[in-house]
Amino acid sequence: MFGRGLRLLSILSVVLVTGAFALVFFYAPNDADQGFLQKIFYLHVPLAIVSLCGFVAGGVYAARFLRSGDRAHDLRSYVAIHMSLILAVATLVTGSIWARASWGHWWLWDEPTLVAFLIVFLLYACYQPLRFSIEDRDRQARYAAVFAVVAGAFVPINFLSVRFAQRATTHPRVLGQSDALPGPMLLTFLVSLLAMTVLYVTLCKYELTSKHASIRLAQLRRRLAGDDDLLALPRSAAPQEL
Amino acid sequence: MTRAAAAIVRKDLLVELRTGEAVPAMVLFSLSTFVIFHFALDRDSLSGELAAGVFWVTLLFASVLAIGRLFVPEREQGGFDGFLLAPVDRTAMFVAKAIVLLCFLVAVEIVAVPAFAILLLGPSPWGALPGLIATLVLVDLGVAVIGTLVGALGVQARARDLIVPILLLPLLIPVVIAAARATSPLLLEAGAGALPGRWLGVLALYDLTFGLVAYAIFDFLLED
Amino acid sequence: MAAADAAPAAVELHDVGRAYGDRVALSGVSLRLEPGRTLAVFGANGAGKTTLLRILATLLRPHAGDARVLGLELPREAWKARGRIGLLAHEPLLYRDLSARENLRFHARLHDVPLQRGEALLDAVGLARRADEPVRDLSRGLAQRVAICRAVLHEPELLLLDEPLANLDPAAAETVDGLIGRPAGLARVLISHDVEAGLAEADQVLGLRGGRPVLLAGASEVGVADVRGIYR
Repeated sequence: MFGRGLRLLSILSVVLVTGAFALVFFYAPNDADQGFLQKIFYLHVPLAIVSLCGFVAGGVYAARFLRSGDRAHDLRSYVAIHMSLILAVATLVTGSIWARASWGHWWLWDEPTLVAFLIVFLLYACYQPLRFSIEDRDRQARYAAVFAVVAGAFVPINFLSVRFAQRATTHPRVLGQSDALPGPMLLTFLVSLLAMTVLYVTLCKYELTSKHASIRLAQLRRRLAGDDDLLALPRSAAPQEL
Repeated sequence: MTRAAAAIVRKDLLVELRTGEAVPAMVLFSLSTFVIFHFALDRDSLSGELAAGVFWVTLLFASVLAIGRLFVPEREQGGFDGFLLAPVDRTAMFVAKAIVLLCFLVAVEIVAVPAFAILLLGPSPWGALPGLIATLVLVDLGVAVIGTLVGALGVQARARDLIVPILLLPLLIPVVIAAARATSPLLLEAGAGALPGRWLGVLALYDLTFGLVAYAIFDFLLED
Repeated sequence: MAAADAAPAAVELHDVGRAYGDRVALSGVSLRLEPGRTLAVFGANGAGKTTLLRILATLLRPHAGDARVLGLELPREAWKARGRIGLLAHEPLLYRDLSARENLRFHARLHDVPLQRGEALLDAVGLARRADEPVRDLSRGLAQRVAICRAVLHEPELLLLDEPLANLDPAAAETVDGLIGRPAGLARVLISHDVEAGLAEADQVLGLRGGRPVLLAGASEVGVADVRGIYR
C-alpha cells in the first residue's frame, strides 16, 4: 500500500546522495574563512531543513487523520515525526561539531537557530513517550495526532521568539543569504538539499511499508488463530495498530 | 456553551475552595523556590534579568503542579462521562478548565508577586507594577491555554505526572523568553525602564495561535 | 388496521460491533427495543455488557453495524440524543468532594434543567436530610441513590442501567422503583446479575458471551435456567 515507487526512490536516493558527496568533496570550493570544515554545512543545513519540514508534515498528516479517521494518515504522521527526530539529532550533533570546529565551543547559546532547534527537539522527543504511555490504541492515535498538530503550530512560533530574543547572531543564516553563496557552493547546497529530501522520503516509505507489513501479518495471524475478525474495524482499509 | 462552561468553572472553584489543594500548594511551592534561589544564587537581592528569570521560572514550575491535576477529578470520578452525556458543546470543557487554571494562577500571583518583591527583589517594585501586570495577564492566558491542552493530553497517559512536565516545558519556553525579556528592564536596579512592547506582541501572538489551535482540536481528546 | 407506531424504536441495532485495539469487545449484536419496554442484558464479566451500554449512551462509537437510539443514527446524530438518555453506570459519576445537592445542581446546570428538580428528586429518594454532606461521606447505598437522581434528573426517554439496585436495601429499592423501575414507563436497558429479578423486570432478554449474542428472546419465552446457561 505504501510501497509504490520504492525501488525508483531508492535508486534516486543513491544517485543523488552519491552525486551530492561528489560535489561536496570535489566540486565545491573551500570556504575562505573556515576552510575544509565548512563542508559540514552541506550536511548540517539540509538535515535541519528536512527535519523541520518533516515535523510540520507530521502535523499536517495528523490533522488529516483527525479529520478523516483514516489510520493510514496516523501511520504517516508517526513515521514522519519519528524520522524527523532522527534527523534532528543528527542536526544537533553536526551543528555542535561545526560550532566546535569553527568557533571553539561545543554549544553556543547565541545561536537562535541552534537553540530554537534544541527546543523543537525536546518537544518532539516527547512524542513517542506520550504515544506509548496511552494503552488504548485508538485513543493513542488520536492523542498523538493532537500533540503533533500543536507541536507543528509551535515550530514557527518558537523560531520566531528565539530569533527575536537573540541580539547578535554568529550563526550563518543560509536561507536569507543564499545570494551571498557563490555559484558552485549554491549548486552543491541545492543538490545536497534535494538528496536529503529524497533520502528522507525513501526512508519514510521503507518504514511505512515495513510497519504496514507487520500489521497485516499480525492480522493474518489472528485470523488464522480463529480470533474474531469479521468486523472490518475501523471502517477503513488503513492499518489498525501501530 | 457558556452555561455549561460556567457550571464547570463553578464546580471546580467550589471544590478548590472546599478542599484547598491546588492553590496553597502552588503558593508554598513558589515561596520555597524563592528561598532556594536565594541560597542557590547566594544573593540577597536580585535585579534586572536575574530577577525576571527567577520570577518567571518559579511561576512556570508552580503552574506545572496545577496542570497535572486539572483533569484528574474528571477522569477518576467519572466527570468526563457526566459531561459527555450532556447536550453541550464539548469545547465548554476546554474553556472552563482554562478559566479555572487562570483563576488558580491569579490567586497564586497575588501572593507570589509581593512575596517576591519582599524576599528577593532589590529595586522597588512599584514602578514595575503596571508593566508586570500587563505581562502577567498575557503569560497567564498562554499558560492557561497550553496547560489545559497538555493536562488533557496527559490525563489518559500512564505516567501522567511525568508526561505533563516534559510536554509542557518546551511548549512554554517562548512564553518564558518573552516574559523575561519584557520584564527585565522593569526590574533594573536604577529604576524601572520602559517595557519593550514587542515582547508583549510575541506573547499575544502565542496566546492567539495556541488559543485557536486548542479550541479547534480539543474535542478530539474527548471523543471515543 | 393497526396504526403504524409513529414513535421510533427506543433502540435499534443491526450487527453492531466494537473493538478496543485488537480485542473485539462486541460483535454481531442486533435487536430492537420499543418505547416503554425493558431489555435485560445478561452475561459474565467481560462479555461486553458495559460496552453495549456505553455505545447506547453515545459515549462510544460503534465500529461496525448500524445503531440507532431514539430513532437517531449513531454516531452521526449522537449529539441530538444526548440529554434524552439517562445513564446509571457502574460508578456513580459524582464528585466526591461536593454534596449530593451540589452534584445535582451541577448536572442540572449542565442539562439546563431547573434546580428544583434536583431538590424534588432528593426528597423522593429520602435524602433531603443528608443532601449537604460530601458524597464521600455517604455510604455506597446512599451514593447510589444520588446517582439514580442524577440519571433521571433531565427526564430522559431511555434509561441505561448498570446494576441499578446494587448496594440498595429493599426499602430503598422500592423507593427508586418509581424513578427507574417499570412504573416509570420509560424504555430501559438493564444489566443485572440477579437473574430472577432481571427476568421479572424484562420484556426482552439479551445474553452475551465473549461479546457475541448467544440469547435473544422475549422474556416470557425463556426461563431462569436458559439465562443461567449463558454464564457457563
